[in-house]
Amino acid sequence: MRFAEAFRVALDALRANRLRSILTMLGVIIGVAAVVILVAIGSGAKAEVEKQVEGLGSNLILVVPGSLEIGGAPSASRLELTDVELLGRAVGDASAVATTVQSGELVRVGDKEVFTTINGTNETVVNVFDRPIARGRYISAADVDTRRRVAVLGSSSARKLFGDVDPIGRQVTIAGVRFRIIGTFVDVGSTFGVDRNAEIHVPVTSAQRLFGVERIDALAVKAPTIDSIPAIQKRILDALAEKYPGDKFSAVTQTQILGTIGQILGLLTLVLAAIAAISLLVGGVGVSNIMLVSVRERTREIGLRKALGARQRDILVQFLIEAVLLTSIGGLIGIALGVGASLAASALSPLPAEISWWSPLLAFGVSAAVGIFFGVAPARRAGRLDPVVALRTE
Amino acid sequence: MSEPAVEAIDVTRSYELEGGVVVNALRGVSLRIDTGEYAAIIGPSGSGKSTLMHLLGCLDRPTTGALRIAGTDVSSLDDTQLAQLRNETIGFVFQSFQLLPRISATANVAMPLVYRGTSRAERIERARTALESVGLGHRLDHRPTQLSGGEQQRVAIARALVSQPTLLLADEPTGNLDTQSGVDVMHLLEQLNTDHGVAVILVTHDHEVAARARRRIRIRDGLIESDDGAHSVADQSVAP
Repeated sequence: MRFAEAFRVALDALRANRLRSILTMLGVIIGVAAVVILVAIGSGAKAEVEKQVEGLGSNLILVVPGSLEIGGAPSASRLELTDVELLGRAVGDASAVATTVQSGELVRVGDKEVFTTINGTNETVVNVFDRPIARGRYISAADVDTRRRVAVLGSSSARKLFGDVDPIGRQVTIAGVRFRIIGTFVDVGSTFGVDRNAEIHVPVTSAQRLFGVERIDALAVKAPTIDSIPAIQKRILDALAEKYPGDKFSAVTQTQILGTIGQILGLLTLVLAAIAAISLLVGGVGVSNIMLVSVRERTREIGLRKALGARQRDILVQFLIEAVLLTSIGGLIGIALGVGASLAASALSPLPAEISWWSPLLAFGVSAAVGIFFGVAPARRAGRLDPVVALRTE
Repeated sequence: MSEPAVEAIDVTRSYELEGGVVVNALRGVSLRIDTGEYAAIIGPSGSGKSTLMHLLGCLDRPTTGALRIAGTDVSSLDDTQLAQLRNETIGFVFQSFQLLPRISATANVAMPLVYRGTSRAERIERARTALESVGLGHRLDHRPTQLSGGEQQRVAIARALVSQPTLLLADEPTGNLDTQSGVDVMHLLEQLNTDHGVAVILVTHDHEVAARARRRIRIRDGLIESDDGAHSVADQSVAP
């Protein structure tokens, strides 16, 4: 029997039991759609994080107390402001070292208030990070030295507190202390719904007094070239080890951070896809079940076809095609649904979703394979039916 | 017309039921039916006539004995070759028509050709011709459910014809039909026999139907009880 004819017969049989075919497909549809959506969200999350980390600026070395491990307990910082100069000397360029001390505080203008991250920084931040200013200016060395109460607003904080009014030169109350606004940042977008535009930067010295702390949380060093990074990392760690004997510090690059995050998100994506694949498997069992029912129902048809000259193989191929059609049509619908849902998710919700070219292909391949795998047993049973017995079946 | 269409030599067929009970459905049947013959196999239910018909139709293999269909020894064939032999030399007409309800008369008739690898265009053409020859040229696209019993059986006959078999096996072809339709179907089978030289073997317990055949083979308890047209061939052993 020709393949095209077997295909036609199989399609015909599926059409004859339309509702049953659709219900059987549903298992595969849900499985495939789930794989596509979860992989899209996983790889979207990865891409988003990578974009954010890369967006910090290039050739960046982040210096934090303790060791940078996911799942490790955060270490109490013993870094202090003089370490900015220490690292400046170690690196040979004081303007390449930025610092931060952060705390969440209540910020008020008139009757409007927001709770947001106050980031105490120094004037080098604009050199080290990629954080362009929209209006006004950034914090200066003089601001840091004289503990001036000035602030640079992120775009969303500026909008929330001032609306359409130009905030430059106006007053804002941070944790009860008045600050003058000297600039606003360009919009940088959000990560997982966390708005980086809400940040408010103030001079690190003012922040320390405001928070009542002596420490700084972290330092960032910009290396002049990619090749100089390992040497600079070593110099930083040596300088810190000398000053704080017995304490552990980490100096990591974006690439190292990306590697760690990538590993974690990759694993997460894999786990999500595996969970979704289980539902695909369950869908396959459903297909197998329905194919067995179909073989039983059509026993007489099989007997007749055999009497008219169908070989065992003809019958087997016919039922196998039927099973593969069920799963691959289901697979295509599932892919369409999954891609649609992924696009909708990235457009309408803060979840980033990115369709990778391989996930729909893989999902389709797997669903067709599920059809073959779960179709073989019923199809073999059909092929082996004794025509005499089959024809007698009522 | 002396070529044997079917030759059975001391053929037996036994089944082992669950529990090891052996049923001897045929206990040694020798029979020769030539091309162009018109024979009826008659006998009460349980006599073994259905088993014989299944053997003659290559749907089954004998337990012992030799069975030659169109000159080929069936015992030497595997399932695939047996299917091919059925497809090329045997046409079936069943009591319950055995048409597929979802497809048109033409598609039903064309079905044997599908398993022969005939092109779609030729299948349709030959199915049409076959349907016209049984007087159903105006029912080509009807589905079996839209046809009367007599018409359905004529579609089934067209399907048996389309592969140009040398042997046509009809199992109670009039069993589900009213008298007039039954007479029409019998006329059609007789016409096929005389016009195309197809050997027709009827299995029936209707004596009127059997009476129309030129030869009657009576089966009882798995043996041939009487045969009013037996060939006196040398290799034909006589039933005990």
